[in-house]
Order: sequence, then structure tokens, then C-alpha cells
Amino acid sequence: MGRTEPSRTATATRDDVAGLSHDDMRRMYETMLLARQLDERMWLMNRAGRAPFVISVQGHEAAQVGMGFALDTSKDWLLPYYRDLALVLHFGMTPRDMMMSFLARKDEPNSRAKQMPGHYGSRKHRIVTSSSPVGTQFAQAPGVALAARMRGEDTVVVTSIGEGGTAQGDVHEGLNWASIYKLAVIFFVQNNHYAISVPQEKEMAIENVSDRAVAYGMAGVTVDGADAIDVYVQAREAVERARRGDGPTLFEAKVNRLTPHSSDDDDRFYRSREEVASYRERDPITVTAQRLKDLGALSDEQDQDIRNRVKASINDATDFAEAAPPPDPEEAFTDVYAPEGSRV
Amino acid sequence: MATKLLIEAIREGLMQEMEADERVFILGEDVGTRGGVFRVTEGLLDKFGEMRVIDSPLAESSIVGVAIGAAANGMLPVAEIQFLDFIHPAMDQIMNEAAKFRYRSGGDFGCPIVIRSPYGGGIHGALYHSQSIEALFTHTPGLKVVAPIDPYDAKGLLRAAIHDPDPVLFLEHKRAYRAVRGEVPDEPYDVPIGKAKIVREGSDMTIISWGWYLQESIQAADDYMQEQDATIEVIDLRSLRPLDKDAILESVMKTGKVLIVHEANKFGGLGGEISAIIAEDAFAYLDGPIVRIAGPEVPAMPYAPPLEKAFLHDKDDIRAAIEKLAAY
Repeated sequence: MGRTEPSRTATATRDDVAGLSHDDMRRMYETMLLARQLDERMWLMNRAGRAPFVISVQGHEAAQVGMGFALDTSKDWLLPYYRDLALVLHFGMTPRDMMMSFLARKDEPNSRAKQMPGHYGSRKHRIVTSSSPVGTQFAQAPGVALAARMRGEDTVVVTSIGEGGTAQGDVHEGLNWASIYKLAVIFFVQNNHYAISVPQEKEMAIENVSDRAVAYGMAGVTVDGADAIDVYVQAREAVERARRGDGPTLFEAKVNRLTPHSSDDDDRFYRSREEVASYRERDPITVTAQRLKDLGALSDEQDQDIRNRVKASINDATDFAEAAPPPDPEEAFTDVYAPEGSRV
Repeated sequence: MATKLLIEAIREGLMQEMEADERVFILGEDVGTRGGVFRVTEGLLDKFGEMRVIDSPLAESSIVGVAIGAAANGMLPVAEIQFLDFIHPAMDQIMNEAAKFRYRSGGDFGCPIVIRSPYGGGIHGALYHSQSIEALFTHTPGLKVVAPIDPYDAKGLLRAAIHDPDPVLFLEHKRAYRAVRGEVPDEPYDVPIGKAKIVREGSDMTIISWGWYLQESIQAADDYMQEQDATIEVIDLRSLRPLDKDAILESVMKTGKVLIVHEANKFGGLGGEISAIIAEDAFAYLDGPIVRIAGPEVPAMPYAPPLEKAFLHDKDDIRAAIEKLAAY
């Protein structure tokens, strides 16, 4: 697939520049693996009839973790979209949080079980609550960055979207705002070449979403999203640019969606099994694992340790969430307005 | 106490809250150098600078979107939509985002934004500078909607709206900006959201209204009361969501007759909701049909003076309805 080898603005083998220790690299890999296997567990449970809905990160893990590790999660903000499982884990949400959300248990942290799974949000972790209409977060992200600038903070704001969502008007409006005021926003497009069933060539007439950056007077980057280290190298440049006040970046990672759009979709209607099988050859988990092994950052033993930890964590999360109660029916009527008389 | 125009009261309210609280800033089309197309924000740029008085691009969805984002990160934005007629591109941000932030985050995120917007007709603004589409917003749980016409209420409700933890649509009748004057204290104060105001006390009939038509209603009631041995209670709703149900029911239980007057078209309008509340909770007290005076069922206000006049109601129309209802 030609699409999986996108044009690059920098070489992809600058491990020294990345400034990552082998320990960092293994943490990246572990977060990817955790996201992948959590996602796989959710599909199993969905197919077993234990929950009605799952929407996947599978294929996007390296892109998200590469971006995440370039950020300072103690002060940076995320306006996510529904595939950002690996990113929100990196921002501090836990497998238990995710499984509670997946099973719609009482007090699950994203929405107290009001939203479908995949609609992330947590003030504690600086993840702005997200919705299903795609693109709205692109118009909000400049506001988050603007508030930080007004207070003199050097916060960077990342907002995610698929390439399909970039057709929305709010995407244009958000890019325009951020570039006018040189706001510290990374517009993170995870281009998996499909908007549910519609292929990229019917979504846009261009190869790279980041080509649009020039029209906004901002930096545009396209990176291969299969290798977390590659993504990190590029993301760090974008984050540093934003943090020093040199403006936003339209940051595109080329990825492949390994699953149907969601558990309610059947991708056999619009893409061949051969095409999907070819994505497995560039599976970000295996690509990144190999990269780490080539760098001497991951031994087989370490890999196994990580896999054991991930599995234990997912089992714990599953048990925890399954034992948790559902929300009380009365909670359908709470959280509409702040308590009467409260003031900000 | 000093008397001020509606527009002066709103400007003073904005100025004082920006002085008092650094989290407050304004954004919108032409709000800076030009001071707004109606001059509501005149002088604010000079006083507070470009960081807090932001001339936005001509793009309503992101005016609201940026306000939402800034509010999520601790600010208290006051966005201006230049005419309510132009708010439609921002509907997704208002209805799917701002109104649902609290609910969809289980109370983790509020959305303390104010969206100010001039509305209403009678100024030769035609289809796209005259609309009264408040019912689109009052139908949306999670939003608050206020529409003060008295300068005192406008200043106080604006302060309450800015510090409200939830999104507030603040509607300003543009015909009233320089036509309605009233006593306004110099110091800041709150008028609570969700409370109606009785502007004329009476016992024979209740008129419920807001906005410019409240002015017409007061005149019609005063004229009628000068000539007839009867008293009419006139209620200014001020807040359209939440609605002051208690004030409405209490008055109706006293008078037994209700006339609802609004500029927006009748079908699906807020008058229908008010009628239903009365029918559900005060049916036994009614001595006559609930009467509504409302805009016609045409897409929007037409331009030519005779057409605009035909669209609008005035105190004579209201007077005629009063007499008809009084006969029951």
C-alpha cells in the first residue's frame, strides 16, 4: 500500500535526537500494547453479548503514543476523538476507567455512564469532554489554548480527529483561529483512509491532509504512524514549536484501521480481506516492537514481562468493572445544570 | 438614580465585570475596533486591550467553539453573535456541545459561557436581521435563555449570566437598545436567572410577555386600565429558560384570564409551552380561553415597510385581544 509510506519532512531514524531512554521506549510500547489488548478484550466481550458497543484504537496506537510522549501531561490538554484509547491512557486514565466506561458502570469517569464508550473526558487529566459529532473539538481547541495564553501559561493543546472529520467546517474554522493568533495547538489527524466506509479519495482530492497547512500559514507534517519513535520525533518538534509561541501544526499520522469502524459496522462491504491483511504487515505493535529490538531497547524477556503485566492489568480491570454496579436510574436526570444558586 | 438606555446598561455591565474579574473576556465579529455593529462594546477595546476584546473571524461556529474551549480552561467568555439570525452555523456548538457538556461529562465539566445576541424586528432588518428564534433554544435542556428589556434587568441578568456555571443565551432586543430607558444603579448587582417580574399588578387578567412586545403590552394595559374599571397584571418573563412557572401560575390563579404576547411565530413557540403549563396546573382557575398574540407563520420578517408592519403587532392589536378576552 503506497499510502502507508507517506512523504516525510524529516528522516525517520534519528533515535539520538529523540532523547528517549530505552526505559521511555518500553513505556511507550507498554501503553500501545495495553491499548491494543484492552481493545481486543472489549471486542471479545462485545461479541459475547456483554456490552453493546466498542469503537477501536487498533492500528492507531503508535501514532497516539508517539504524540502523547511528546507532551507534558502535567500541563498540556487533550481534546480527543473516539479512537484515542492509547492517548487517554497516556494522559492518566486507567484500564479500570476504560472497562467501567465500556460496561457503563456507575460513576465511570468519562460521563458517569451517560455516554457511549469512546467518548472520553476527564478534568483531572485535562481531557476535555468529547461528543459524537465530528470536528467540533477543532473549533474548541484554540479556545483552550487562548485561555492558557491569557494567563501566560505555556500549555500545548492537542486535538484529534480522523481524516474523514477534516471535511467539517469546524475544522477549517479551528485551523484558521489557531493560525491567526499563533496558538499552541497541535491538530492531530489520524488518517486511516476511511470515513466509516468512504475511502479517502471520495473525502478529499489530496493525498496528505497536512498539505492544507500552507493555506493557513502553519506548519504541516505527515508521518508514518506505524512507528511510535518516528511519530515522537516529529511530534516533539511540533510541540516545541507550539510551546515557544511559534504557532500551531497540522500534524498527520498515516495509519490503518485494523477493525471495522465500530462493533456495529461490517467492513467486508467496502474493503477486501486482502487489503485488511496487508495492514497487518505494518501493524504498529509489531513495527514498534521490532524498532525497539533493533535499538536494543526490548529483549524477548522484557517483551514477555510487559505482556504479562498488560494481561494482568486488563484482567483486573475486567473483574473490577464487572463487579461494579450499574448507575441508579435516577442518574438519568442529574448533571443537567449546576445546583441552583451556584456561581463561578 | 441615573437613568440609562438598554444599550448603556449592557455596556456598563460588561465593563464592570471585565474590571472585576480577569477571567471575563469578549469575542465576536466587530466587537473590538468598531465597538460592535450596534456599539454595545464601544470603548472596551481601549480599556481592556486586544487580548480581552477579540475581533473574531467571520465564523459563528468557532466564536462559540473558542468560547467553549476557553471556558473549559477556566475563563468566563462572553461571545457576541452579531445578529441572532446568524447563529445557525453555531447550533452544533451550542446545542450539541455547550448545552451537553455538564450532562455528558457527568458533571465534570460545566460550560460557563454567555452568548449575547441582538434579536427581534421592527428596524427594517428584513428576513436576516429581525428573527426571534428563542424557542429553538428554550427547547434545549442544558441551556439557559434570558431576554431582558428593562435596562435594570439587563445589567443584573448579564452579571448573573457571566457567573452562571452553565451556558446562557442572552438576548437583546435591538429595537429597544436606544428606545428603552430606565433606572440603573451604578454599582454591580445580580438579577437572578429564572425569575419573572410583575411590572403591573392586577386582578382581572394576566398578560405574559417579554422583549419589545412587553413594551407594547404595558402600553395596551395602561390604556385599557385608564378607561375601564379593571386591573391587568403584566408579567415580564425576563428568563425564558428556566421559566418562572410559579409566577405564571400564581398570577393566573388570581386573574383567571391569560393573554400571551410574543414576537416569534405561534406554532411551536414558547407561548404554547406556557399555555400547556397553565392548562396542566391551573385549568380549574381559568375563566376563558388562553389567548396568544404571536408572529405569523411566514419564514421571517419581510422588508418593505407595509410588509414589516403587517408582520408586527402593536399595542392596538393587544388592546383588541384584551377586550375580547375581558368579555368572557
